[in-house]
Parts: sequence; structure tokens; C-alpha cells
Amino acid sequence: MTAEATPSLVEATDGPAQAGPSVRGPRARTTTAYLRYVAGKLGGAAVSLLAVLVTSFFLFRLIPGDPVKYMTGGRQVSAGQLAHYREEFGLDLPLWQQFTDYCGKALTGDLGTSYQFRAPVIDKISEALPNTLLLTGTAFVLYTALGIFLGTRSAWRAGGTSDRLNTGLALTLYSIPSFWLGLLLIIVFSVGMGPIPGLFPTGGMESGGKEGFAYVLDVAHHLILPVVTLVAVEYGQTLLVTRSALLDEMGSDYLTTARAKGLRDDLVRRRHAVPNALLPTVTLIFINLGRTVAGVILVETVFSWPGLGGLFYQALSVPDLPLVQGLFFVFASAVIVMNTLADLIYPLLDPRVGR
Amino acid sequence: MNRHDQPNRGRLRLRLLAAAGAAALTLTAGLATPLNPAPQQAQAKGSQQATESKKEGKKVLTVAVAQSVDSLSPFLASRLLSTSIHRLMYEYLTNYDPADNHTVPGLATKWEPSADKLTWTYTIRSNSKWSDGQQATAQDAAWTFNKMMTDQGAATANGSFVTNFRKVTAPSPTQLVIELKKPQATMGALDVPIVPQHIWEKVKDFSKFNNDQSFPIVGNGPFVLTAYKADSYVRLKPNKTFWRGAPKFDELVFKYFKDQDAAVAALRKGEVSFVAGSPALTPAQAASLKGEPNIKVNDAPGRRFYALATNPGAQAKDGKHFGDGAESLLNQKVRQALFMAIDRKTLIDKVFQGHAVEGAGYIPPRFSTYHWKPSASQELAYDPAKAAQLLDAAGYKKNADGKRVEKNGKPIDYRILCHATDPNDKAVGQYVKEWFGKLGIGVTLNCLDNVTDPWLAGKYDLAFDGWSVNPDPDFVLSIHTCGALPATPKDTGATDNFICDKKYDELYDQQLAEYDTAKRADLVKQMESRLYDTGYMNVMAYPNAVEAYRTDQIKSIETMPKAAGNIYGQDGYWSWWSAVPADASGASSDGSSSTGVIIGIVAGVVALVGVGAFFAMRRRATAEDRE
Repeated sequence: MTAEATPSLVEATDGPAQAGPSVRGPRARTTTAYLRYVAGKLGGAAVSLLAVLVTSFFLFRLIPGDPVKYMTGGRQVSAGQLAHYREEFGLDLPLWQQFTDYCGKALTGDLGTSYQFRAPVIDKISEALPNTLLLTGTAFVLYTALGIFLGTRSAWRAGGTSDRLNTGLALTLYSIPSFWLGLLLIIVFSVGMGPIPGLFPTGGMESGGKEGFAYVLDVAHHLILPVVTLVAVEYGQTLLVTRSALLDEMGSDYLTTARAKGLRDDLVRRRHAVPNALLPTVTLIFINLGRTVAGVILVETVFSWPGLGGLFYQALSVPDLPLVQGLFFVFASAVIVMNTLADLIYPLLDPRVGR
Repeated sequence: MNRHDQPNRGRLRLRLLAAAGAAALTLTAGLATPLNPAPQQAQAKGSQQATESKKEGKKVLTVAVAQSVDSLSPFLASRLLSTSIHRLMYEYLTNYDPADNHTVPGLATKWEPSADKLTWTYTIRSNSKWSDGQQATAQDAAWTFNKMMTDQGAATANGSFVTNFRKVTAPSPTQLVIELKKPQATMGALDVPIVPQHIWEKVKDFSKFNNDQSFPIVGNGPFVLTAYKADSYVRLKPNKTFWRGAPKFDELVFKYFKDQDAAVAALRKGEVSFVAGSPALTPAQAASLKGEPNIKVNDAPGRRFYALATNPGAQAKDGKHFGDGAESLLNQKVRQALFMAIDRKTLIDKVFQGHAVEGAGYIPPRFSTYHWKPSASQELAYDPAKAAQLLDAAGYKKNADGKRVEKNGKPIDYRILCHATDPNDKAVGQYVKEWFGKLGIGVTLNCLDNVTDPWLAGKYDLAFDGWSVNPDPDFVLSIHTCGALPATPKDTGATDNFICDKKYDELYDQQLAEYDTAKRADLVKQMESRLYDTGYMNVMAYPNAVEAYRTDQIKSIETMPKAAGNIYGQDGYWSWWSAVPADASGASSDGSSSTGVIIGIVAGVVALVGVGAFFAMRRRATAEDRE
């Protein structure tokens, strides 16, 4: 069974197997090294966050034009009103003072007031954040699991029919634009087509007016199509990365040893090969985790999901500077935090990192 | 270093992940199988999705909208959706007749000017109650206007209505007196929601209060707002004590669809009763809905004009010129030649595919009182040969390369500002390029996401322009007066495109002080005629309002104007107030029946448990194997 699936292993088994227990250094030294590594990574993250804070302020000040004009676009306003807006949003102050005000407030969690919604930016963000996390988080768990599951199986039987089918399908779905697939799913499964009934709602997150368990069911019902869209489009990436990482491990001597011990093929894969091949996948997982916060503008748009992606789009089209700034900061922070987390977890997964 | 000596963690994690992945697949597959309550639903598709609503016998009118609410405070909201909803929540002093847009009573039953034209007295009706039971009085109206006059935050949305007010008082509960600084003919068109003083006087900061925390929101309009969720929905219940009579639907829901194709799909399914285009359904969407059973496409005259505006040489009130508009455009003959080079009929047929009316005067024909069109002798009809003659006569002759040249010898090349998000702009732009090209005039299309900045800086030659016109034309007329110019080149004015014409301004002042509607209409028409002759605003089309609704959910609904007009975004609450539910239907509901959801989810859970059990068994088998 093994030989049939991975003929290349025959060559690999020639060398002596290195399957002894790992050599562990004195525990104290490892801990110190790890702490130093952690401190370095945390320091780096803090600097990055600060840089993002500064950038988000100045970057969006580069957009030409007067924010007050955007606020009052298309409306009749008097000069007095314009002056009032400038004062209200602190736009009459010199830039450096606006910046120090912005930083001071940002440190206390106040990201300013949205021009178009007249509400604190932090409120608008915290309103939409859970919705986005529900959608992208669910999709993330599913596409990561599916990607790893199919990826390992594909690699184990590389070149076989199921591998070719799997990678072919994954690549096809991966290259489909998400909004197109979403619309297609709406037409087929929401409206219904031929013998297929309209099973799912066409958009939104809830029907409204429901409470308790009925509400949960209602949201779950609305969640299915957008999640399926996201999973279909995204799982291919995880699948391919997992597959190629595992293929790299396939020739390793320790696998031969494991087999020589008489372990079942299944166990060799799950307990020996996959854990060693997981590092690139973990990197990808954390990159994707960072992205989950930024939402998925296209899918959110097609399914009218009230999330951060949609909010960002609305903010940009005004442009609503405080909201754009705040969202940019949150998105960038999420990526930084997730990357830092990944950095902190690597050494635990693979002791070679961080030494 | 190898890690196969630590198999447990990896194994467990992988097993969990794999189980979850498989479960997800099964879940989705399970929901789509014919084992589910599919057959019943296939029959139910279309009109009768509403198992739940039907059980309660509730008639819900669901409107798919593409805009999100900016604010529910009438003092802050400026988007069409929000102001339309405010029309439903609060009575205004006056309203517009759905038949022909003339002013009709609202909260006020009568309004009269004094002999010196400076004092208006409104009689407030005594049969309008706030939804919390209190009487709506003249004092509420006076308080609303006074708040806007004294608090900048409260003047955000509608401050322009009170700039000419000297004093507003309520001598009795049924009498409102507004004193003006100078005569103002638009006093029957004060589109300001009147709010209950006893609720709103508790508001501290009007610039930040969004009126979206406690429900139902107290109002006196035909509907009461009962629930709102940002970017999801706005729900309203009929006001049973509304003085004009209660609306007939049991609930009115505005549901947010970011994608118009998805909204059309929802209409086809019956999940929504009505789709408002933003600003109109595309010709393709309208065509796809035309053949559908139980769907009516309302392709009606709109309230917008679509024009090609000319930069008349941007200037400020202080007399300073700025921007870089082409010098040749300062010549009226050249501007008129450009009118004659444009074949409006072709644009209607090819670009709008028939969903628009050929443009003429500034105010669209649906506003019959104020609409004007040029006489045959005045009309600058499509005539390229005559256009070429005019250009020659104006001294802009062709050079050896066949290009017309500016006075400084450079070939004329007009930059047209176009909205990158508007497909009509781009399509019309291509035609204009071709037509002007034949005259020897070059055209560069500047399609931008943000046209505001070059526009306000006067850095354009021509620009695609359009406004939605109100029953009272004052605003769209005012944006072409010298008074609307920015104070200095650095400021922003209310001006549309820097037009400043003495004769036009004189007429504007006259009409604003003319309280006789017929006489005022005559003055407005003279203004339109003048604007046409100047050649600054080439109104090419009046785009239709293309929208659609389900006739098996809405039996009848009033358009405005009555004969042929729009439903969404009316001046007034007529459409939703007048809508009659269809007998057979349970009106719209969201998605499939809740039994379907429950069975679907139960199937998913069963599949999940099954997969879990499968993996658990495999795991046990492996453990045995190892031993």
C-alpha cells in the first residue's frame, strides 16, 4: 500500500534513519532564548503599530480636497455652517495639533467621529466587527480545515485520480471571482432554478424581528451561502500549500522508519508527516486570520452582509476620513497582531525557529 | 529536527480539523439535497414564501434599497433614503399633491402671507397626534424651527430653510407665525420634519444625536419607526391614528441590498416586494424582469436632468478668476455650436436604451408647472453643419490638420469631467468625442472617482452634471446665481458650475419674491430660457426612474405624478401610504420558511454527529491497532 502510493520512498529508505529522541538543551537556556525572542517580536509589533497610527493619519491627509466639502456635498450650506463644521471636527487647527489630538485620543480608544454617520468611529467599527468575524471566522475555520484535510490526502496520493481531481477543483474554484460565484449561488440556491428550490435568503444577516433561538437559526440560515462562497474560493490556497509542504516531507527517512516500525500508513501520515509539514500552513493560517478582520468586501457586498468590508467601502466613497483612518488602523493592527502571534507560536511548533 | 515523537498534539488537532471540514461539506451538501423540504418550497417560490407572516395574517411590504441610512435624526440626515423615511415618520407643514406636485396641506391646513409679504401665518391642524398620545401643536413647529436657527448642530441638514427667517413664534396651539427678513416664495415648500418638542428638548448635542437608540420613535407621520439596524433594515408600523387615514400594509420594511443584482434576485423570488434602482435599474435588469409573471416594471419619467455643463470661467464673488477652463468656451456661439453637435435622440436610444426622455429645458417635464422647452426658432437642434458654421463665424477655424484652434493657436481639446462610477457618463462621453471630433474639436474624457476636487477648482472644460429636482425649483435655480459663487477662490460656494449671469439673477430675485404661482412659474420659465440661450447647461436627457415591484404582493400603489411617475423617492409619503396589499399573497418574507431552516440545520447537525462518530470509531480502531 505504501509503496504503491509513494514509489519515491524506495530510494529514500537507503539512508540510515534518524529517528531517535530529539536532543534537548538545558531547559533554562531554552526559556531565556525564547523570552528574548518573544521580547524582540513584541517590541517589533509595538513599533509597527505606532507606525500604522502615524501613517493612517498622514496617508489619508494626502487625499486632496477639503473634508468639509465632502461632508456637505450637494447640500445648501452657509459660510457660517462651513466654519462650524471646521471647528466641530478640529479642521481649523494646524496639522501638527490635529495630529497630537488624534494620537492622544487614539491612545484612549477614541478614533474620532465619522463625518457621514455623525457617530463615534469606534461605535461604527464595534457594530460591524462581530458581523464580519462571524462570517469570515466561520469561513476561515471551514476552509482551513477543508484545505488541510484535502491537502494532506492529495499529497499522500500525489498524482492519483483523487489528487488530480482535488487540486483541479481547488484551482478552478480558487480562480473564480468571489462575487461572481456568490451571484451564481444566489441565482441557483436563493431564487431557485429548475428543480432546485430557493432554499436560502438572498442577502442580509437576519430577517429582523426574531429573538432567542429563532434569531440564531435565522442568522445561521443567512450565513450559509456567503460562507460557502468564501470556503469555495479560499480553501484551494490552504490545500495547495499543505500539499506541497507535505510532498517535501514525503521522502524523509523518518517516515521510512515509522513504516518500518509497522505503523499503519494512516498513522504515519497523521502523526509523523503532517506535523512536520504544517509550518508553511500555519504561516498561511495566521496571514488569513489577520485578513479575517478586514472582511471580504466583495462577498459582503453581494450578500449585503453588514460587516467591516462594506463599512470601509462606504467610508472610502465619501471619503469619511476619521472612519477610513480608524478602519485602516484596525485592519493593519489585526495583521500585525496575528503575525506576531504566529511568530510567537513558531518556536513551540518547531524548536529550530527562534534559536 | 523530527517531531514524530510527539504525535498526540498533532493527531488530535488534525483529527478535529478534518472532522470539521468534512462536517462542513456534509452540512452544505445536506442542505441542498432533495431530502429537505424542497418540494413544498418549490411550489411556494415566488409569491408565497411567507409561512410565518401568513400564519399571523400580516401583510409586509419590503422595499429593497441600495443606500444605507446616514442618520435617523431629521436634523442630520441628508441621504434620500433617510429623508424619505423621515417623510413617513414626521408630518411636514405642507406636502405636494401626487397628481401634479402643487402644494397641499400637511401639518398646516392653511398658510397665508401678510400684505408686506414678510410674515407668514400657518394654521396648524388639531387632529394630528404624536404616537405617544400627545397633541401635535404649533409650538412643536416653532420649537423645531427655532432650534435650527439657534443651534448649528440642528442646522446641519436643513439649515438653508431658515436662513431667511427673522423670528418664529406660536401665539396659539393652532397658529404658527414666521417672520422673514425678505420675501420668500418657497414658504409652501419648507421640507422640514416637525419633531415633538417634549421628546427632542432632552437632546443635548444635536450634532451627534442620531435618534436610533429607543424605539418606537415618537412621530406623527403615516408610519412609526419601530426598529432599525445599521446596514440591515428599517422597520415601520402604520400609524393607526394618522389624520389622513392609516396605511394598509401591516408593516413596511426597508431592506438594505448592497448589490442591485442581488436585490433583483430577491424580487424575483418574492423576498422583497419592491426594488428601487439606485438611481435606476439598468436596462438589462429591467429587460430581464419584463417577462416575469407577477412583476411590474415601472419605467416612469424621473425627476432628474442629465446635462453637459460648461465651465464659464470659474470665478469667485471677490471677482478673482481661477481654474483653467478653455478660453474658447467663453464664447456663447461656441457653446451653442456644441449644443448643435450633440444628437440627444441617439443618446436616448443607444445609451439609455429608451429609459429616458430627450432633454430640453432645465426642469424635467414631470414638474409641469415649471417645465419649459424652447420654441422651434430658439431650439439648438442637432445640426452638425450649422454647428461648424457657428464655429467658423466665431473665429475658431480649422487648421491644416483639420483641427480647430484656440485664439492662441493651440488645437482645441476639451477635457470632460466624468464620473468613473457612472456607465452613462462613459458611454455618452464616447458619442460626444465622436461628434465633436467631426467638428475638428478634440475631447479627453477624464473619468474620475472623485470629480469634486477638479470641479471645485474649476479645472475642467466640460462636465457631466445632474440634479434631482424638487417640486419647488428654487434650489436648482439658485445654484446658478452669482450669489452662489464661492466668496474667494479658496472657498466652496453653493454654485453648480460657476455660472454668473446678471439677467438670470434679476429674474431669480423676482421669482423668489413673487407669491402668485402662475406669475412665478412664468418668471422661472424665463430663467430657463435665459439659461438655455447662454449655452452653459446642455440638458441632454431626463433619465427615467426604473423600478419594479411584485403585483402579487402590492395590488396597487400610487405613482407621482399620478399618470406616470416614480414610486421610490417621492416628494411626500404617497406611495407607501397608499399601497394596497394583494389579497392572495402573504406579502414578502425573508428566505424560506422556518421549518425549512430547522430541518436543514437538524440535517447538518445529524451529519456532523455522524462524521464525529465515524472519526471516533476510526480513532479507537487505530488505538487498538497500536496495542
